[in-house]
Amino acid sequence: MADNITIKLKKEDNEFIEKVCASFNYSKTELINVLHQVQEHFGYLPAEVQEKIASELKMSVAKVFGVVTFYSFFTMLPKGEFPISICTGTACYVRGAEKVLDEFRKQLNIEVGQTTPDGKFSLGCLRCVGACGLAPVVMVGEKTFGRVSADKVEEILAEFR
Amino acid sequence: MADYKYDILVCGGTGCRATESELLVSNLKAELKTLQLDSEVQVVSTGCFGFCEKGPIVKIMPDNTFYTQVNASDAAEIVSEHIVKGRKVNRLLYLDPVENKNVADSKNMDFYKKQLRVALRNCGFINPENIEESIARDGYSALGTILQSITPEGVIDILKKSGLRGRGGGGFPTGIKWEMARKNNADQKYVVCNADEGDPGAFMDRSILEGDPHSVLEAMAICGYCIGATKGLIYIRAEYPLAIKRLKVAIGQAREYGLLGKNILDFGFDFDVELRYGAGAFVCGEETSLIHSMEGKRGEPTVKPPFPAESGFMNKPTIVNNVETYANIPVIINKGADWFASIGTEKSKGTKVFALAGKINNVGLIEVPMGTTLREVIFEIGGGIKNGKKFKAVQTGGPSGGCLTEKHLDIPIDFDNLIAAGSMMGSGGMIVMDEDDCMVSMAKFFLEFTVEESCGKCAPCRIGNKRLFEILTKITDGKGVKQDLTDLRNLCNVIKDTSLCGLGQTSPNPILSTMENFWHEYVDHIENHKCEAAHCRALMKYEIDEENCIGCTACARACPVAAITGSKKMPHIINQAICIKCGACMEKCKFNAVILK
Ligand SMILES: Cc1cc2nc3c(=O)[nH]c(=O)nc-3n(C[C@H](O)[C@H](O)[C@H](O)COP(=O)(O)O)c2cc1C
Ligand code: SF4
Ligand code: FES
Repeated sequence: MADNITIKLKKEDNEFIEKVCASFNYSKTELINVLHQVQEHFGYLPAEVQEKIASELKMSVAKVFGVVTFYSFFTMLPKGEFPISICTGTACYVRGAEKVLDEFRKQLNIEVGQTTPDGKFSLGCLRCVGACGLAPVVMVGEKTFGRVSADKVEEILAEFR
Repeated sequence: MADYKYDILVCGGTGCRATESELLVSNLKAELKTLQLDSEVQVVSTGCFGFCEKGPIVKIMPDNTFYTQVNASDAAEIVSEHIVKGRKVNRLLYLDPVENKNVADSKNMDFYKKQLRVALRNCGFINPENIEESIARDGYSALGTILQSITPEGVIDILKKSGLRGRGGGGFPTGIKWEMARKNNADQKYVVCNADEGDPGAFMDRSILEGDPHSVLEAMAICGYCIGATKGLIYIRAEYPLAIKRLKVAIGQAREYGLLGKNILDFGFDFDVELRYGAGAFVCGEETSLIHSMEGKRGEPTVKPPFPAESGFMNKPTIVNNVETYANIPVIINKGADWFASIGTEKSKGTKVFALAGKINNVGLIEVPMGTTLREVIFEIGGGIKNGKKFKAVQTGGPSGGCLTEKHLDIPIDFDNLIAAGSMMGSGGMIVMDEDDCMVSMAKFFLEFTVEESCGKCAPCRIGNKRLFEILTKITDGKGVKQDLTDLRNLCNVIKDTSLCGLGQTSPNPILSTMENFWHEYVDHIENHKCEAAHCRALMKYEIDEENCIGCTACARACPVAAITGSKKMPHIINQAICIKCGACMEKCKFNAVILK
């Protein structure tokens, strides 16, 4: 499902990738740092971007793809305008993160890893943002919500609708 | 800090920031400015105080007043009452739940009484973005001392004598590791700080880096001096933006002050530190995969030996130590090996930081001497179980650890005792569970994590853990059979014995320890189709309470499989043979008549 998105890189996109790779001296050992910067710029790492990085760093596309798919931080699909991440770390789990996740699923009518048809919200899980004292924790974009319960979900979504 | 009449310390850790502590800081500053008190009173955004449960925390020095759950809108009152009139704001003081009295001084709070802060010594006291505050509290003095007067062998000797063991989970003696790397000759060596903190539910390393980054940088430089390395790398999770930002600031300031870079403190010693970012893979906390990840590759582990101290980053001798391990080192040098060795148990010296979370009253970050009992941690420091429920288990060591029970509460916590009890220290996550937690589901939760995080390099871990997870799912779905328990145990042992790295070698621990301590729950799920904690939905029944049901038929209309029958204005009945346990009826009922048993 990941490879059915095709985009055409614009001239400035290509230039951006070239610039990032140059700033790391085209060093293969900096691949992860390159990917971090490029993903921050594009929001995700589609196949065309990976191909471009591979050719800049003079390594095989398979190697780049292997690294991208190994790390959960890298994604090949664009996220929604407001990416929702539910913490499913242990502390949040024992304080009811499962129920919160179910409620988000139900209200948005999407599964984890998907984006709503209007492109507004995407749903994801992450493991411990380090605010375990506020468990269960939900992040929407950069904003952190603590002590979330299923009946607060609607309120949170309303804030971004 | 002495030039100010008051210091207002506001927690700027990730937890408190999530509850708007930044706004509180700016409100306090604005308020002071209006009253022209900003030259007498300083507002400092510090690292974590540890008492995350009641954040945001504000502490006022020098009188040590401790305010909890302070809102941004409380700024005016704190300034006008406490600062101007010298009267404490009672409603913001911590309320002792037992005595029902306000406690003003944090030293008198049960949460802090039994703690001993060594690794966390500066967290919550200094502004982590100001190197001078760190220096005022002995920052970089250990580095100065050793450069001036102690040989690398001498420092390694101090560490060996101190008995310091790695805090990242393995508990390997730090001095011995450094000695190995020192003895291996190479043109370049590396010092690596493992700040990957993969255990979900642990946040010690993050808090240290956010609250006291300079201690870690200093210790890395000390390590460089000892093993003969000039390059340091910190491998940190990209999910920790605040810690990354503070580290960057700290590295910049240390360079400016000549404490990192070329010719440190004019002793002709060069050492510099760079950051490397993780990208969300638990296995990258394992030192060999961490090294591969830093080399830009997939983070797959390799067989040890060779140990990183022999051949690590770029095939050069490399020291990998945990954040908390480093944070201990400058104090050990300043206060001496004997001082450190006087704290703790026979084989585990010093203190340990734990992230206390779960069903406990005082969630937070604590540091206690090794040898403190679980009971002291959970019931005294942690303030007992939330909502007056009954303690059931405490999970230590994260996905590699196990669940300990009532009968383990009085064992003194140290590396060896926890292993003997069937769990492990791990990096310091401590999750408390109460009677509502199902232990089979808990084991399943950790296995789901392991399955997701297994790197896939070796078959026992990649395939075996998946099978374990499937069997546990079967049991929690009420489809388990007796044979499953034998299969679980056998498979667990095979995975432990044959996996390549620590992840697979320890992944069955959550199952083995819950089987050991909560055998009856497994049996209950399988033979009696019962989940004592009422957690596993598939094992529960939706029923209609005749007393509450008014016969409105809303449930019958909602049921997708027509399992509910009954005539209007008469109590309805759910046919258990048809019910698929979707819960639609419960949601629709306005009279709380549908109950889950
Ligand atoms: C699966 C796995 C995950 C680990 N995760 C971490 C981690 O998040 N942080 C850490 O410091 N050590 C972690 N370790 C331990 C490291 O491999 C290594 O032993 C440690 O960083 C050494 O530092 P220390 O001697 O100071 O403890 C992990 C080990 C394994 C097997
Ligand atoms: S035990 Fe698991 S994580 Fe470790 S190398 Fe094997 S597959 Fe990878
Ligand atoms: S487990 Fe959710 S924030 Fe730590």
